[in-house]
Amino acid sequence: MPEPYRKTLVRQVSQHAHSEIIGMQPEGNWISRAPSLKRKAILMAKVQDEAGHGLYLYSAAETLGTPRDEMFDQLYTGRAKYSSIFNYPARTWADVGAIGWLVDGAAITNQVPLCRASYGPYGRAMVRVCKEESFHQRQGWEILYTLSHGTEEQHQMAQDAVDRFYGPALQMFGPPDSDSPNSGQSMAWNIKRFSNDELRQRFVDMIVPQAEALGLTLPDPDLQWNEERGHYDFGELDWDEFFSVLKGNGPLSRQRLEHYRRARDEGAWVREAAAAYAGRQHQEQAALAGA
Amino acid sequence: MTSIDPADSGSWPLWEVFIRSSRGLSHVHAGSLHAPDATMALRNARDLYTRRNEGTSVWVVPAEAIMASDPDSKGGFFESPQGKSYRHATYYTQSEGVKHL
Ligand SMILES: [Fe+2]
Ligand SMILES: [Fe+2]
Repeated sequence: MPEPYRKTLVRQVSQHAHSEIIGMQPEGNWISRAPSLKRKAILMAKVQDEAGHGLYLYSAAETLGTPRDEMFDQLYTGRAKYSSIFNYPARTWADVGAIGWLVDGAAITNQVPLCRASYGPYGRAMVRVCKEESFHQRQGWEILYTLSHGTEEQHQMAQDAVDRFYGPALQMFGPPDSDSPNSGQSMAWNIKRFSNDELRQRFVDMIVPQAEALGLTLPDPDLQWNEERGHYDFGELDWDEFFSVLKGNGPLSRQRLEHYRRARDEGAWVREAAAAYAGRQHQEQAALAGA
Repeated sequence: MTSIDPADSGSWPLWEVFIRSSRGLSHVHAGSLHAPDATMALRNARDLYTRRNEGTSVWVVPAEAIMASDPDSKGGFFESPQGKSYRHATYYTQSEGVKHL
């Protein structure tokens, strides 16, 4: 395996894994405040899935020779990148809906082509992830649908959430192609199969009718059907904000990392106890075998 | 079961997970995970790989216990069946049109 291919792939897969792990936080924050027991159970299932996605991806990255603990350490020390979208807060219950519909929706658009990535363990992890993601997107859409058809206030809450997440969700595909220097190489290696702008277009075309079905609008005055192209035209995104969030200046960049560290630190004794117990079992068995 | 003492090594050993789905006959490789011992590996495998009734049986195997064929020499390793199409029913064509054969 050529070294540059391996290196790029480890970075891509581990960043993807980190995104799944940090991505648990915005929604995890709402588990204790979900509006009903059913919604709570659904949200827990979704967040648990994201933990699973992180683990599938860490496993895939590990087969390339980078130990999982090393990747954990990169995230812990703030050297690793993850998707900027998770540095935005989930302010209301409607945000949980908007995250499921738009953020998971964008992730699916990005991930479905990766099921056929050139590296088998990555592709197979993506197959499993994509199967689970479709539930995430639908449950989010349904949260918004319920709110949109509720009271005037609830409708407004849904609209406000969509207004805030629309732009950042479109930016999940990365900078414009003209500003994405490594895309060509990754596409040649088949670890990226469509360009950022192609995927973004695909996503916009998909969500416009979905927003109509919700009875909500998308916050872009330039959004309109282009008969000639057979696609929706859409306005310029705020790339200054994107690059600023990417650099770590997102609304919650610091908090997300601090929370991750705290969770890892507070869970240390559990991992130590499990290792100690397993060690004792191991020694007892060895003694029995020796007797 | 595994020869690594988990308390000694810095990180938990790696386990390969095999699942038998309710429809399938054999266990199929599902993925891998880290766990301090076999019991935890089984429980984690259940939580990680069977959240939607994917399985009726789970095996976990220490990854280091698996002996794998060399992907770089698969040509030679799997050479024997090459050109032996007579091992397949489709090789025999005279019976075309004859029923239940
Ligand atoms: Fe996910
Ligand atoms: Fe998801």
